[in-house]
Amino acid sequence: MTAGEATKTTVTVTIDGKTIEAQPGELLIKVAQDHGIYIPRFCWHERMKPVGMCRMCLVEVDGIRGLPPACTMPVNDGMVCRTDTDAVKSAQDGVLELLLINHPLDCPVCDRGGECPLQDTTLAFGPGESRFVEEKRHFEKPIPISDLVLLDRERCIQCARCTRFADEVAGDPLITFVDRGDHTQVLNFPDDPFASYFSGNVVQICPVGALTAKPYRFKARPWDLATVETSCTTCAVQCRGAVQSASNQIVRLLGVDSDAINHGWLCDKGRYGYEHVHSDGRVLTPRVDGDDVSWPNALDTVADILRSARDLHGGATVAMLGGAHGTNEGQYAWARLMKSVVGTDHVDAQLGDGLPAEAVLGLPRAQINDLDRAAAIVLLGPDLKEELPVLFLRAKRAALEHHIPIIDLSAAPHGLSPYVTHRLDVAPGEQGPAAEAFVAALGGAGARSDAIEAAAAAVRDRAGDIVVIVGRPSLAERPEATLQAAAALAGLTNVRFLSALRRANVHGALEAGLAPGFLPGRVTLDSGRARFTEAWGAVPAQRGLDAEGILRACADGKVHVLVLVGTDPLADFPDRVLAQKALDTVGTVIAIDAFETESNRRAKVYLPVTLWGEQSGTVTNLEGRVQRLGRKVSPLGVVLDDWRVAAELALRLGVDFDFELVDEVTDEIARVAPAWSGGSAALVRAARDGVVLPVAEHRDGIVLRRGGLSLGSDDAVSWEPIKPDDEKVPADPETTIDDTDADGVELTAVDPGASGTELHVWDRVVADHLRPPRDNYALRLVVGRTLYDAGRVVEHAPSLATLARPAELRVAAADAQRLGVTNGESVRLTSGRGSITVAVRATRGVQPGCGVLTFAADGRGAAELIDASAAVTDVRVETLR
Amino acid sequence: MTFTAKNLERAHAIIAQYPDPHSAILPLAHVAQDQDGWLTNEAMAEIAELVGTSSADVQGVCSFYTMYKRRPCGKLVVSVCTNVTCLVVGGPEVLHHLEARYGADDDVFVEEVECLAACGNAPAMQVNYEYHEHLTPEMAAAIVDDYKSGVLHARGVSGGSK
Amino acid sequence: MAVSSGKDVRETRIVTRRLHDVANSWTYDNARADGAYEMWDEVLRRADPADIHAQVKASGLRGRGGANFPTAVKWESLPDVFPRYLVINGDEGEPSTFKDREIIEKDPHALVEGVCIEAYACKINKAFIYLRGEFALGYDRVVQAVADATANGWVGQNIKGSGFDLDIVVHRGAGAYICGDESALIESLEGKRGMPRIKPPLPIHAGVYAKPTVVNNVETASTITHIMKMGGEEYAKLGVGRSTGTRVAAISGHVKNPGIYEIEFGMTFREIIFDLCGGLRDDRELKFFLPGGASFQWLVNCDEHLDQIYDIDDISAKLGTTLGSGAIMVYDDTTDPLLVAWRLAKFYAHESCGTCTPCREGSGWIEKILYRMSHGLGRPDDMDLLLSASANVSPDVMRAPFTQTTICPLGPSPVSAVASLQKYFRAEVDAACANQPTLIPVSAT
Repeated sequence: MTAGEATKTTVTVTIDGKTIEAQPGELLIKVAQDHGIYIPRFCWHERMKPVGMCRMCLVEVDGIRGLPPACTMPVNDGMVCRTDTDAVKSAQDGVLELLLINHPLDCPVCDRGGECPLQDTTLAFGPGESRFVEEKRHFEKPIPISDLVLLDRERCIQCARCTRFADEVAGDPLITFVDRGDHTQVLNFPDDPFASYFSGNVVQICPVGALTAKPYRFKARPWDLATVETSCTTCAVQCRGAVQSASNQIVRLLGVDSDAINHGWLCDKGRYGYEHVHSDGRVLTPRVDGDDVSWPNALDTVADILRSARDLHGGATVAMLGGAHGTNEGQYAWARLMKSVVGTDHVDAQLGDGLPAEAVLGLPRAQINDLDRAAAIVLLGPDLKEELPVLFLRAKRAALEHHIPIIDLSAAPHGLSPYVTHRLDVAPGEQGPAAEAFVAALGGAGARSDAIEAAAAAVRDRAGDIVVIVGRPSLAERPEATLQAAAALAGLTNVRFLSALRRANVHGALEAGLAPGFLPGRVTLDSGRARFTEAWGAVPAQRGLDAEGILRACADGKVHVLVLVGTDPLADFPDRVLAQKALDTVGTVIAIDAFETESNRRAKVYLPVTLWGEQSGTVTNLEGRVQRLGRKVSPLGVVLDDWRVAAELALRLGVDFDFELVDEVTDEIARVAPAWSGGSAALVRAARDGVVLPVAEHRDGIVLRRGGLSLGSDDAVSWEPIKPDDEKVPADPETTIDDTDADGVELTAVDPGASGTELHVWDRVVADHLRPPRDNYALRLVVGRTLYDAGRVVEHAPSLATLARPAELRVAAADAQRLGVTNGESVRLTSGRGSITVAVRATRGVQPGCGVLTFAADGRGAAELIDASAAVTDVRVETLR
Repeated sequence: MTFTAKNLERAHAIIAQYPDPHSAILPLAHVAQDQDGWLTNEAMAEIAELVGTSSADVQGVCSFYTMYKRRPCGKLVVSVCTNVTCLVVGGPEVLHHLEARYGADDDVFVEEVECLAACGNAPAMQVNYEYHEHLTPEMAAAIVDDYKSGVLHARGVSGGSK
Repeated sequence: MAVSSGKDVRETRIVTRRLHDVANSWTYDNARADGAYEMWDEVLRRADPADIHAQVKASGLRGRGGANFPTAVKWESLPDVFPRYLVINGDEGEPSTFKDREIIEKDPHALVEGVCIEAYACKINKAFIYLRGEFALGYDRVVQAVADATANGWVGQNIKGSGFDLDIVVHRGAGAYICGDESALIESLEGKRGMPRIKPPLPIHAGVYAKPTVVNNVETASTITHIMKMGGEEYAKLGVGRSTGTRVAAISGHVKNPGIYEIEFGMTFREIIFDLCGGLRDDRELKFFLPGGASFQWLVNCDEHLDQIYDIDDISAKLGTTLGSGAIMVYDDTTDPLLVAWRLAKFYAHESCGTCTPCREGSGWIEKILYRMSHGLGRPDDMDLLLSASANVSPDVMRAPFTQTTICPLGPSPVSAVASLQKYFRAEVDAACANQPTLIPVSAT
């Protein structure tokens, strides 16, 4: 709509005598709800298409015969509706009586009891007695429909929330209605379980106790739970959630409906990963040389090591890897400790599997919601379904509901492949030239291929920005190919980038300066030197090494002290041989972690820190969105927050950070980090959807929350979408930003230039990277991660541990035939680096000449084949017969 | 693979008739049932593969329709109407007679069905969807026996042509 | 004692003429010799689709599936979107309705010719004939008819050099009454569970594959050829009021001569039952009859009901019931109305798709209550319970036509039988349920 058009864009409806302005086409049930009129319902869910099944939301509408359901009724101008007449009440009573005739009423032994919408709605709207005297319908009591979810069909009220979620939202139509009439049941296909990465969501949205989660079953009663809002830090999407505990044990994480991020959904790894917090494998006491010691003792030992390395050999003999799993505050404190106090720039939160900070921080950034209005989505990263599951849901939704074209520069099939509109079949490591050809075609140059021309034609006339989802498409190739493609795409005028780096708070780490050449707040050593010299006292003189360089320097004896902050290079670095050599050679390892790993087992000093659920503070997601973590349980043992460990070490090295509370760290970041300028701990706390960095640029998008977490009606926490805002207060579109007061926060105007420091912009310079010619007898590898890998969350969460699958090599059917291998057969793969044995499977969509291998994150398999210095990885395949 | 080569060819021809392959689920299930005598899980999985959906989807769809038998039902499906016209002119008697007579016969699956649209000559039944009307219990049994002995040739159990 | 009208009552055979008069009328050669495809040939030569609209509009033809919607009005609502589809609803499953089966099995070429003309009128190049799954013979015959018509150039690409293409797919259902609902039928045609869609959008705007779709009953499509032959105005002279032309009625139950009868609108039920069908079997007394399939309220042996004319609008205005699917079921004085009501309820419970709570749960409950009432286990307050339980499904139980709380009309359909019991047979029902103890409610909480 162009400005100045005077068309009326809202309609006026009257509900129960209340006059309400609404958007045309909005559903009556939603309009009523947004204005404080609750119409009871079971099947309707605002993130899914209405089906009008339960008939609980029947209302009277003038001019319409009978009682139409409010969930399928779009509002129109002048509509008059009543939700409280005798006829409506009698219909509600009738529907509830019918829903209960076959319901087992086993509430005392049902997990849902106490937070059950059927219970609550019956109490509020239903009959007190049943007149049904016949035998109720019977089904076998709970049957597993997946490893995580159980189904009790007797309790089911056939609302289709779960089946719609599986099909519409997750794209895994593995549970459906079976049979019909009053025999209708939800069921999976025999031997084909509901193995969706998103299965836990159906438990959360089930309006009865039909679907229950194995990890939560019989663990607690709803009235015994305490709840706090938080962000999930399983991956960098950082879905909003509500973490619940009983007796100092986290027992459940529920999705909170953040419009900006997750729409209420969580992946199962995020939802059930909390179990790792209470794992027996936690290290709960500081150790020196393997012996439990006191914190002062351990801290003194580390301080001595760092001091002597710094003073005798120079700060550059100390290096730090990791930190991507910490809070913004921990990352900032560690950046300050290493870069200012120890004096080294050999600091990298990534592990050779991401992209350089120069590119990630310096590209024009997109937000997740930009996907819904993009001119096109370009895929230049890993398999989102495996690495950033809820971002996959959002991209899928953009494709299906908003019909956004998806242009795929991936070399291997992935979760979004079914929704891709333009697949360019790019060979591994060739995405640079492909992107350049696409950009040229967009500019009108003759396209190199029909596919590229078709993709360009699909985008050319569309409004909006092209959103490029950029990450590391394959661990078996160096990042330059991706950077070359990103550089080409960044030359377009209407383009934004959504980073697809996966580790929980890796974007927070980059923003905090846990990368070589950077200081907190998106500035380089050079541009931030003056500012941080003043704030910190000192900054490194020159750019340090990245993870690969650090490991090489360890191996070469140039780095003597390696600090591992929550990271395990032996398991997680793509090049196992290099990691092994580095760890074998380096003089001293200091570990800051929560679990024992292969890498930190050799640490001189081990400092145990808190985990998610035990920490407060803030985190930053892949959009640059800063949100608060909720601290729900007290840690066992004597573990400390990561920021406090850094501050204690700094004090022992003679610098007092003067941090007492985590908010003081946040406020210091906001004070010194240019991208944070205008932010504060109080603002992050008050902002409903968090604060997107740089704060000054996104200030207008900040919505201050008015109330606490909305736990739905009648305390039915996990059924209605949980909102991060108290939606019972009518939203007034004119004043979404309250400039005067919300919890005492003031939003004052910020001049982005006021900090006097230019935020970093990528110069789009990419180093040459020569790709060897293709060898017809070898497969060029594409190595990607899988959701349930052998990483620490999966390993230490009992419910998830069994879901990990062994690595597999996927090849094109033609290659399987050429190699003479059958599905499931073991083959030996040999690269220049090493050789492994793995099962092979012919898979549709894999390009001929490619091998797609999963990265297990246990240091075995793919990592033994990859040479971090090689542009691509080619392997020979031998059968073992 | 459950479809024979010939039926697989037929399946592809059926799919090609529709703008969306998903439309072919019902016709393909009929072909599978005529071939196998009932709708097996393997057939549903193969149909899912052929039309590009999940096996659960095919199971959900097929289970909605009463003609698909998801367990073995013998060679003859005998469908006896007892709806409101047959009800008052002897349909239930035909049903009970056949149920008693073939209750232990694995080859004959007697089922009560809804109106067969043969009310002008009620009571009626179908044997593998071939109509037999104006029945008495004894006539009905004689007809089923004729199918069993081969005097009458039956369609497929899903009503496919002889 | 109900008696005949004494008049000379005859059928008006238009749609059913060929299947009565021509031996093996389903074969291409016999149908062609009887004039099949002549009208289609002429329509192609005239090349005037607007004329077909005009003739059908003038004829006043209303859908013969039961909803009585004017066919020409439906066509006029077609949005200017292509491709669009024609779907013929041959999923005849309403209890005691068998008139479409007769046309499908015995005059498939009339159906195919009607499909051709209708598709041409509506600029449709792909038609689906959806046949009830149990119609195995009908399926064979329609498939053969389409093949023969294609082989003879009446269907296919560039038909008779006209530049018009038409592809006809014959699709078999698999046993689900609800697929007779046009939106459920479309779902089924798309390979889904036959669950009625929420309207809007109507199929005419977004039907099969979300494209504009004309859905017509078999009889409606077959009639179009005859309207073109007769001329719309001539056709409209038959019948009464807005019920123009003829209706193929399927009459069954305790009449001497059950079967299909093509009736000019305006005939009385007395004439239909006692003259056309020869009265009741063994000359027994008429007890009650269902005037329009199984889903609407019943009528009984009284002059008001017997002298009601067969007219779509008149019967609903005067008696609140409808002509529905064109089936008339006749019951003599030996019939237990409770048993009929129970069997109908059992049918609806069995055929409920399970979408809407009132229908899914309510039809099963109604069936269970009626079962005990009709099998000697009824309790004195069961009829009141039945009425109250029925009100959960269709709030104003006695109202005709019923009120609906469900997506489609299947849910409230068994309530019509309950209302009929209450209206006409309450004393008989009470007597049948006099001896069992009263129910004691069980607490739900």
